[in-house]
Formats: sequence, structure tokens, C-alpha cells
Amino acid sequence: MRIEYTGVTEINGPLLTLEGVRGASYDEMAEIALPSGEKRAGRVIMAEGDRVVLQVFEGGKGIALEGVSVAFQGRPMELPLSREMLGRVFSGAGRPIDGLGEIYPEEKRDINGMPMNPVAREYPRNCIYTGVSAIDCMATLIRGQKLPIFSGAGMSHNQLAAQIVRQAKVGGQDEKFGIVFAGMGLKKDAADFFKKDFEDSSALQRVVMFINEASDPIIERILTPRCALTAAEYLAFTYGMHILVIMTDMTAYCEALREFSSSKNEIPSRKGYPSYLYSDLASLYERAGMLEGKPGSVTQAPILTMPNDDITHPIPDLTGYITEGQIVLNRDMDQKGLYPPIGVLPSLSRLMKDGIGKGFTREDHPAVSTQLFACYSRVQDARSLASVIGEEELSEVDKMYIAFGQRFEQEFVQQGRAENRTLDQTLELGWRLLSGLPRSELDRIPAKLLDEHYAPPAAGSED
Amino acid sequence: MNEQTTYQVYSVNGPVVKARGGSGLALQDMAFVGVSRLIGEVVAVSRQEVTIQVYEPTTGVAPGQPVAPADGPLSIQLGPGLLGGIFDGIARPLRAIEKAGGAFIPAGLDLPSLDGEKKWPVKILVNPGDRVEGGAVFAQCDELGAITHKAMVPPNLSGEIMEAAPNGNYTVNQPVALLRDDQGREHKLTLAQKWPIRQPRPVKLRRPVDQLMVTGQRVIDAMFPIGKGGCACVPGPFGAGKTIIQHQLAKWCDADIIIYLGCGERGNEMTQVLEEFGELEDPRTGKPLLNRTVLIANTSNMPVAAREASIYTGMTMAEYYRDMGYHVALMADSTSRWAEALREISGRLEEMPAEEGFPAYLPSRLAEFYERAGYADNLNGTEGSVTAIGAVSPQGGDFSEPVTQTTKRFIRCFWALDRELAYARHFPSMNWNTSYSEYLADLAPWFESRFGPDFAQSRERIARLLLEENKLMEIVKLIGADVLPEDQKLIIETAKTIRTGFLQQDAYSPIDTYVPIEKQYRMMELILHLYDKGREVAAKGIPISQLVKTGVFELATRAKYNVPNDDFSLFEQYRQQIDQAAAQTVAQNTRQSQGEAKV
Repeated sequence: MRIEYTGVTEINGPLLTLEGVRGASYDEMAEIALPSGEKRAGRVIMAEGDRVVLQVFEGGKGIALEGVSVAFQGRPMELPLSREMLGRVFSGAGRPIDGLGEIYPEEKRDINGMPMNPVAREYPRNCIYTGVSAIDCMATLIRGQKLPIFSGAGMSHNQLAAQIVRQAKVGGQDEKFGIVFAGMGLKKDAADFFKKDFEDSSALQRVVMFINEASDPIIERILTPRCALTAAEYLAFTYGMHILVIMTDMTAYCEALREFSSSKNEIPSRKGYPSYLYSDLASLYERAGMLEGKPGSVTQAPILTMPNDDITHPIPDLTGYITEGQIVLNRDMDQKGLYPPIGVLPSLSRLMKDGIGKGFTREDHPAVSTQLFACYSRVQDARSLASVIGEEELSEVDKMYIAFGQRFEQEFVQQGRAENRTLDQTLELGWRLLSGLPRSELDRIPAKLLDEHYAPPAAGSED
Repeated sequence: MNEQTTYQVYSVNGPVVKARGGSGLALQDMAFVGVSRLIGEVVAVSRQEVTIQVYEPTTGVAPGQPVAPADGPLSIQLGPGLLGGIFDGIARPLRAIEKAGGAFIPAGLDLPSLDGEKKWPVKILVNPGDRVEGGAVFAQCDELGAITHKAMVPPNLSGEIMEAAPNGNYTVNQPVALLRDDQGREHKLTLAQKWPIRQPRPVKLRRPVDQLMVTGQRVIDAMFPIGKGGCACVPGPFGAGKTIIQHQLAKWCDADIIIYLGCGERGNEMTQVLEEFGELEDPRTGKPLLNRTVLIANTSNMPVAAREASIYTGMTMAEYYRDMGYHVALMADSTSRWAEALREISGRLEEMPAEEGFPAYLPSRLAEFYERAGYADNLNGTEGSVTAIGAVSPQGGDFSEPVTQTTKRFIRCFWALDRELAYARHFPSMNWNTSYSEYLADLAPWFESRFGPDFAQSRERIARLLLEENKLMEIVKLIGADVLPEDQKLIIETAKTIRTGFLQQDAYSPIDTYVPIEKQYRMMELILHLYDKGREVAAKGIPISQLVKTGVFELATRAKYNVPNDDFSLFEQYRQQIDQAAAQTVAQNTRQSQGEAKV
């Protein structure tokens, strides 16, 4: 028999306190009925004796102490799951909002998931091609990896994310590939941009979208990535699909968490964020991975905007400690009008070394990547020297580096928004740029590969 | 012990549960919480209630559910079978959990750490009538071909052996001897014993650290060495290569046993260690490296309270193997995550925060951990050591934050990783200006007994050259290198050779990933010899660029790849090449200047 409780004693933001309750358990779901007939969903976040604190997903707005009744459901929050979710759009709390009706669930699962046993994991080794040179060659995305994009307000991270969704493909031909998109605190324009972009490119039928707009309740925002990852895990490990999860914007998510934490009167840590921010983010990011003996994978590309472009801000900082590398967008590149404005030097893919090269991508991939990196890093020294003593005073070699840096940014990193480069094209481009430098400078490439690929422009010609 | 009765849950807030109505639970006792019997530990006791931190997700726990006291403080099972295993923060075996619960870890599984079915070929070392003290070895067996596992009388027990089983095959729980203590009580001795994780295992005597732990990593062994029984910390921002350094040490250091502790870190990294160590061969035994390793994996998404406990679990295992007379290295990656777990729980307990929200007891807890490392004379007369190496992940890469600063007080070896060096792909990205080792003086006799005074002198000269370069670079940044006098250009060129040819080490190159200490010494000698010859050239007013053109600096830089690790004869040849190149450079210039003089 269902017991309805009416002893609401306090409402504070999204938090509702109830007394006289027996047997409500931690994390249990509740249904809150208002006198108007409206029903809201809530979850137990604290139980003390007969007193229970609920978080109301839709917020506490318009709730009075009188006339409210609460019924507990006896289970934690579960998301109905089905293969039919592909091509559908859901709210942050997992309810369909595309007007196509409820889905018929094949299974229901707790959205918090369970930690993957490290013993059961498979170490990720196969890459996902994005068709973007700066990513494919320099910070390769690996299936089962979590590789965030660190951006700043006003930079073209949304365009880049949309381009990755359109172009991403996995190595093998017959592999099933899908996208789960979680939009948190998304501006309406951005939400529309993504929807339209997916529709135009007819990518929509392989995308599951969870959208929480900037004006939607913050509690739903905290649920959004959890719902998205639960759907991703289901599609990956039940249907053997390779799922790429795009989560944007993690900064909005963290701010929602901070708002919620402060409404609970928790002791704040750095910049007012709760002390469990690291564990909370980890409980999302660590859900990426592959399982031994199962065909699917969950790959994550979370996007976050660094407040004031500050990479040491708690959100990018803690994210960087959990994720397996990062792709950093660079304000200077963006201002020069370069797209994608990927800052190659601070970008890094930790899993790349085991997933590229002979047997994975191309034999010369690791050498080209390391060499381009080393040379571009040298360009920075040459540039700072040039800014002091003038470019004319530079040594011959330094001048060559300056020219290399220019071409690297404009020809290699920069590419069209719809330009989909194959890895072969990217690597050939890399060789062409490296061939503009004297062979003696290319100290990270084995002689055998240099013999094969190094082709300096003939003397006198302009390349 | 007091009579213990069952309590009821009063409140639940994340991993913190308060219980009332029972009796007998003491501080740090273990308890089973709720209907699904989640494992927890008592962190506060008051007249009214006990506060318990729960090591598993508390979803589903409700007021009124039972809290059953377990037997005494949070303890782990120690015995053969730990090596090659992978455990969570409170020593539950993850392989067995996978068998029982599938690919994802369910809550409420209480499994013993050691396989109770497996039989070990045991040799019994005591006879009835023998008098044994705590720590005495009463039986032994081979463990995975890596070591001889010695079953010891628990440290707090002594008395007379009444019965001893014959040699044979026994499980960890089968009694193999019977001991009667001085009060006349009888105790069955088994291969496995329990020990509370927060209590250090006793030793007879702590000894000073005076033996080098050879790691095969040049920047560590030659520049900032650590001794067996020492403490080090590796702070660095993300991407600086903390984890790779920890992996390299775990693979190559000359400890007998490695305890690798993934504390609040990435799941994929633990999988990588598991795979890689299973394939790599231990040069001493020919078995996989995994056979001398215990992995503790409490990844960042596993429960936070178990993360807090994990470093004590690791330390207890390390002390256990030390007691057998082995040298153990404990790698903790990362202690910052542990400190954050402490902060998170402290916040839930509504304690007054100190610096940056960390509890005021952070320093005393860190001290408790690092002070358990050391070189010891064990109770049974053997010698053993625990070396503790903790990674620190400072917020924003800023070393002034509380965990780095506090840790610095309890360690003597500071290996500071640097974001700039990592961006330039200089690995290991250990900054030679900010890192230090206080063990240099303690280890001086060790180096002296092997290399005479030369090693220390070479090290000193190398360090001085790097320091000089650091000063010169200030000038170079402003006006370029061209205006420097020749002797200073030589310093810059030599320092570059030291940086790229000596300090940089390639973890992925088969020949460079581990370098014997003898070769490290010869490499330093070679570079310094080159410097001395360069000085002779520079003293004659000859541009140092002419010496560079002969390729001798390149030669010294490439020595790490070209000289085999077991045959150093090439070094002599290189020395001669350097001598010839210097002589030729001088000769050419003399001819030229004579030629000019004639004209």
C-alpha cells in the first residue's frame, strides 16, 4: 500500500523537508503532488530519524506547506531504456520532449550507475577518426577514452563538437556507431544549433539527445549527464555499439552543483564549489571505457568553458586530473580567425601512444606527431626571441622555424568546418611541412622513415 | 571487549551514517550497515549515537535498518596470495568480485582478501616445544616464484609451540601449528593473519637510511636519489607525467615487492598496469613483474571512504612483507585524492575546516602515513624496508597549496614535475632547480664504496653547470646567445647536452627505460670530459661552434641509445673521439691563424 505523507515543514529552494516519515531510504525517489494537481519528482538526499530532505527536480517554486502530499516509490531514480532511444530527444531528467510519446522500456536502470571493476576493463587501443588534423594526428581520440575540450566563452567549441559528431567514425567498417548528446544549461540558440546541425547532416537517427536548457531547473541539470551516460552504457554494452558522449557545458553543470550544495548549507571548498566536486566529476567521467569480452565502448568528449580562460580554475583543473588528456582551444588562434582554434602545445591525449602507429593507424604516425610537436614548441622560442631582437636578426634555422610555425597553424591546424581529412591526408600534410625544415633538425624521426617520406622542396622553387 | 549489540540507523547523509540504540561499538571498529550489510567504520562515538563512514554507496539505507558490529577494528587479511592480486581500498579482491558480481561493482559484497580454497606447499619450520616470539617465522612457502613467503607469529603473541603439522599442502585458513601463550591460552597458527590497517606493525629498531634504492632513472639515481626506507613525493600538475614516473619506479626499482596504490585515479590506468606488468619480465626471477606486485585500485568513482582507507591498507601490506625481511616500495598515486577524501568526509561530519577546507588534522594524518616507512630491524632479526613514494596533484599546479606544503615536511625527497618541461616534451619533467633530495649525505658512503669520491664530484659539477645555464639563459632570453663569450657558450652547449642526453630519459625505448648506475656514472664522466676539452678549446679563443660542428656533442647526447647497458667499452672510444676532435679543432685554427699571419 502506498503511504502519502503531508507533513511538509520547510521549503528552501529545491529542498523540501518532511517530518513524520517512516522507512524512506537514502536516494529513494518520491512523487510530490501539489493541490493544483501538478506532480513533481523528488529524491531523498538526507534521512534523519523521521525527518527527510527531498530535492525537487522541478524546483520548489509555487509549493506551499499545506496541501502537498508526498509518496515514496521504494526505488532509486531509474531511467527507462530502449534501443528506440536513438533519434529521440529527452529532457535532462530523461522524459521525451520531442512530442513522439513515451518510449517502450526494455529495461530500467539506476542513473548513478555502478563503478566499472578495473579488472573487467579493457585497455583502450583503437582510435576514432574525427577528420580534424589537429586531433587525429596530435591528440588522437581513442575508443573508451575521456578527452575533454577546454574552451572559453565565445570560442567555436560548439562548431567543433558538431563537426566531430558529423565526421566521427571508428576504424572497422561494420562497427555500429552512435552519439549520446547531453546539453546542460544550454542556451536556446545553442540547443537549436545542435538540433539543426544533426538534422541537416542526417546524423540525427544515430543520436540520443538529452537537453537541459539554461532556464530549466538546476536539479535536472545535475541529472542530465547521469541519464545520458546510463543510456550510453546501455547502448554500448547491451547492443555492442561504439558510443561517443558529448557533454556540454560542464561548467554549467558544476555551477548547478555549487548552487545545490550551497542551498544545502554545505561547507564550500575552492571558489565556493563543494569539496566533493572531484568525486562527483569522477563519477561521470569514469563511466567511459571498454569491457573485456564485450564489443561496445563509451567514449566521452565533455566540453567546458574555462571561466576567464583560466586553466587552473577548479573545473578544468579537476577535470584534467580525471580525464585522459585534454584538447585546449586557444584564444590567440581564435582571434586570428583560425578554425578550429586548437592550441596544440597544451593539448594531449594520454591513451594515444598505445593506439597509434603500426597495426593501429600508420607506422609513421607517432614519429610525425612527436616531431611536429617538438618543432612547433621550438617555434615558440623563436617567436619570443624575434619579439625582442626582431625577425631579421634571427639565425637561418630560427627563420625557418618561424615560417614552419606560420604554415603549421594556417595549413595544418586550420581547416574548413565541413572539411573531413583522412589520416593519410593529415600525415602527408605533416610531412610536407616538416620537409620545409633541414633534415638535421628532425631528431625525433628514425632515419628509415625520413628516407621514405622526407622530401625537401627543390632548391629555388617556391614549394 | 565489551558486549556488542545491534544498533539502528538514525540518519543517512551520503557516506555518513549515524546509528543509535546499541552498545559496544568503539572508535575505529568495523560495522555492517543496513539490510544489504555495507561495510563501514566508526569515526565518532557519543553517549547518544555512533557515527559511521560507509565504504560503499548508501543508496537504499533507511532509518531503522540494523547496524551490526563486526569483530573489532577495520582489519585486513594478510598471507600468501596477496602478490599478483588486485584489491579495492579495503582489500576486497577485485577478481573475485568480478566473478561474483560482473563487470560493475555491486555494493554489499563482503569477500575475504585471500583465496580460501587454494593450497600452498608449506614447509613447517617449528617443532613442538619450541619457544617462539612475535614475528618468528613458523612456516614458509613459495609465492608465485617471486619470493619465499614467511608465515610469522602475530607480533603481539609469544609462547610455546604445542603442536606442529607436517610439511604439506595447506590453505591459508588451515591451522598448521598450535601455540600456548604465557597465560596458558592456546592459539591456532594459520598462514593468514589479520591486522588492523591503522595500526603500524611493530619493529625492533628503526635504522638510518643508507642504501640507495636503484631505480635506473638517471635524474633520480644520479641527481636526486632516494634510499631504501626513504620517503619521496612527486608533485606535478596534470599531464606532467606523475603516473609514468610511478610506473617506471614500480617496474625498475630494485625493491623485492611493489605495492602499487591507485588512490582516486583513473580506471584505465589500473587496467594498463595490470596488462603491462603481467607481460613484463622481472629480470631477477624471470616471472612476470605482476608476481612481485600487489595492486590496490580504488579508482576515482569508487566510494570515497574506501579511498581514505586505501593508503593504510597499502601500508599494512607493505609492512607485512617488510617483516619477512624484504625491501618493499609503496607507490601511492595520488595522495591528494586521499586528502580530498579526508576533506569530503570531514565536511559531511560538519567539522571545522582549516586551510582550503581541509581538516585541521591533515598534517597529523599525513605524518602517520609517511612515518610508517623506514628501514628496520624486524622482530624476527631480519632486515627490511618500506620506501614510500607519494604522488601529489596540486590544484592548478600550484605547489603552495596545503597538501604539497604539508607533505614536504614529512618527506626528504622532493621530485617536482614541471608543466613547462612537459609541454616541451622533456620527460621525466623533473625540474632540476626546484627538486631536492636530503638523502644525498646519507647515501654518500654507499656511492663512495662503489665509485670512490668521483660520483659525488661529478654530480656536483653537473648540478653546477645546470645552475650556471639557468643564470645565463636569463641573458640569452634578452639578447640572444651570439653575444656571449666562448666559455659561456660552452656552458650553454654542455648544459643542453646534459638536459637532452642525460636528464631526458625515454620510458618507451627498450635501452633507455632502465639504465644501470654504472652507465649513469660513465655518461656523466663523458659529458664532463667533453666540457673539459671544450674549455681547452675555448681558452685558445677558438669559437665553440667549431667543436660543435665535429659532432662530439651529438655523440655524447646519443650515448644513451648507442652504448649498450651491459658493455661500456664504447665510452673509452668516445673519449678518444672527443680528444681527437678537440685536437683537430685546435690544430685547424692554429694553421689558419698561422696562414693569416703569413699573409
